[in-house]
Amino acid sequence: MEFMGYVRPDGKVGARNYVAIIPSVTCANDVANAIHRQVLGTVTYLHHQGCCQLPPDLERVTDTLISIGCSPNAAAVLIVSLGCEGTDHERMVKEISATGKHVEIIHIQELGGVSKAIQVGTDIARQLVIEVSGLQRQPVDVSNIVMSIKCGGSDTTSGMASNCVIGYVADKLVDLGATVIFGETTEFIGGEHLLARRGVNKEVGDKIFEIVNNMETRAKSLGCDMRKGQPTPGNIEGGLSSIEEKSLGAIMKSGTKPIQGVLEYPERVTNQKGLWIKDTPGREPEILTGMAATGAQCMMFSTGRGAPQGFPSMPVIKICGNPNTYTRMEQDMDINAGLILTGDKTIDQVGEEAFARLLDTLSGKMTKNEAIQYCTSIDIHCLGPVI
Amino acid sequence: MSLNLALKVTDLDNVATIFANGITDGTEVEIRDKKGQSDFTKVIGDVPYGHKIAVRDIKKGELIIKYGEEIGIATKDIKKGEYVHVHNLDSMRGRGDWKD
Repeated sequence: MEFMGYVRPDGKVGARNYVAIIPSVTCANDVANAIHRQVLGTVTYLHHQGCCQLPPDLERVTDTLISIGCSPNAAAVLIVSLGCEGTDHERMVKEISATGKHVEIIHIQELGGVSKAIQVGTDIARQLVIEVSGLQRQPVDVSNIVMSIKCGGSDTTSGMASNCVIGYVADKLVDLGATVIFGETTEFIGGEHLLARRGVNKEVGDKIFEIVNNMETRAKSLGCDMRKGQPTPGNIEGGLSSIEEKSLGAIMKSGTKPIQGVLEYPERVTNQKGLWIKDTPGREPEILTGMAATGAQCMMFSTGRGAPQGFPSMPVIKICGNPNTYTRMEQDMDINAGLILTGDKTIDQVGEEAFARLLDTLSGKMTKNEAIQYCTSIDIHCLGPVI
Repeated sequence: MSLNLALKVTDLDNVATIFANGITDGTEVEIRDKKGQSDFTKVIGDVPYGHKIAVRDIKKGELIIKYGEEIGIATKDIKKGEYVHVHNLDSMRGRGDWKD
């Protein structure tokens, strides 16, 4: 079984062919955005990190941005630095270049300010886009797929329809030798024992308990009941009464296969196959960024209430489990899993439809969020304070 | 398929989720499990689409079970067919308001 992808110098396969304009620090965002708006075929990542943070978080930001730059959906990279930031932009150049792709960097302060940096950056980006835009897709085996998973705007249909569809696809991909990653550690609370027992060894099981415990400790840190933070008001209105109920529904999207291990937030997949967890919170910008950092070419995203979000360089396929929502928000929902609850289709049938859509998306078909450019859900999850 | 369906995920569940619109107080619903076995009950309270009802009487302090696992604890006595949600179900996780 195959899809059509871009084979990169490091052997990884991309589903898109962007020039990635990566601000190394939030202060470089406006220049990065101006270049992106001028040059066709680019994406940019308007995050809010990279300075006045503690060293472990600056490492984390640097590592995450490196992983984003290494993603096979990026054909070439332009880093936009201010010049005085905390992020290690030199390491960014070095490690992203190691993938064999063309990497350039501009420093706003060194070039003499905003307008000069926009001019220089625009010319560089234009050159990069011309360089990569002639690259062609090739047929590649489906074992090259790295698929990430999320559920957002969940209600009770998520755990009984849309997440079950994604679980079906996850199982199928693992059987085909591909890589699947899920996260949202907060939404393991109440179901972590079910995940831990699927770990391939005791270390994996222990690690799952550890990351859940850390996340729950964070959730309790202000001395209040976390309800309304998680589950959200929308989850509660949609029928989810507790984080336990939300989690038990959420983990359905991981399917049934053994869990190989737990990735740290900035980590990217090298040769790992099978099902993996990445330690992330549940909020869209942070987890979409963490998932794109794995090198995932695509995300399958389950929703009940209707979540329109997307990411700059990773297409997001929306699987909607609520038939009322699908009718109302059909323009933003790619697959109708509500048909399972109306009795019109089985989980397996919708699962096969979703799998076929995945292959089409990887091969170039746009998702609904891509087509309307709803693509800015990005930020980097940091552990410490801004200081 | 029945128009007023309340689905259990597993046989161990003591709640079922209503996937029908317009289920108001007194409406009869069919509680169905994965094996296709049915039970019928009248709903107590107005239950929005996607919200839960008890499939049997549940006592205050008893665990509420869905997916065969604990999803919270009953904070009041609940009758069969009664609407179950945040007004009579408390979570036991993420409780920064509890002293450990």
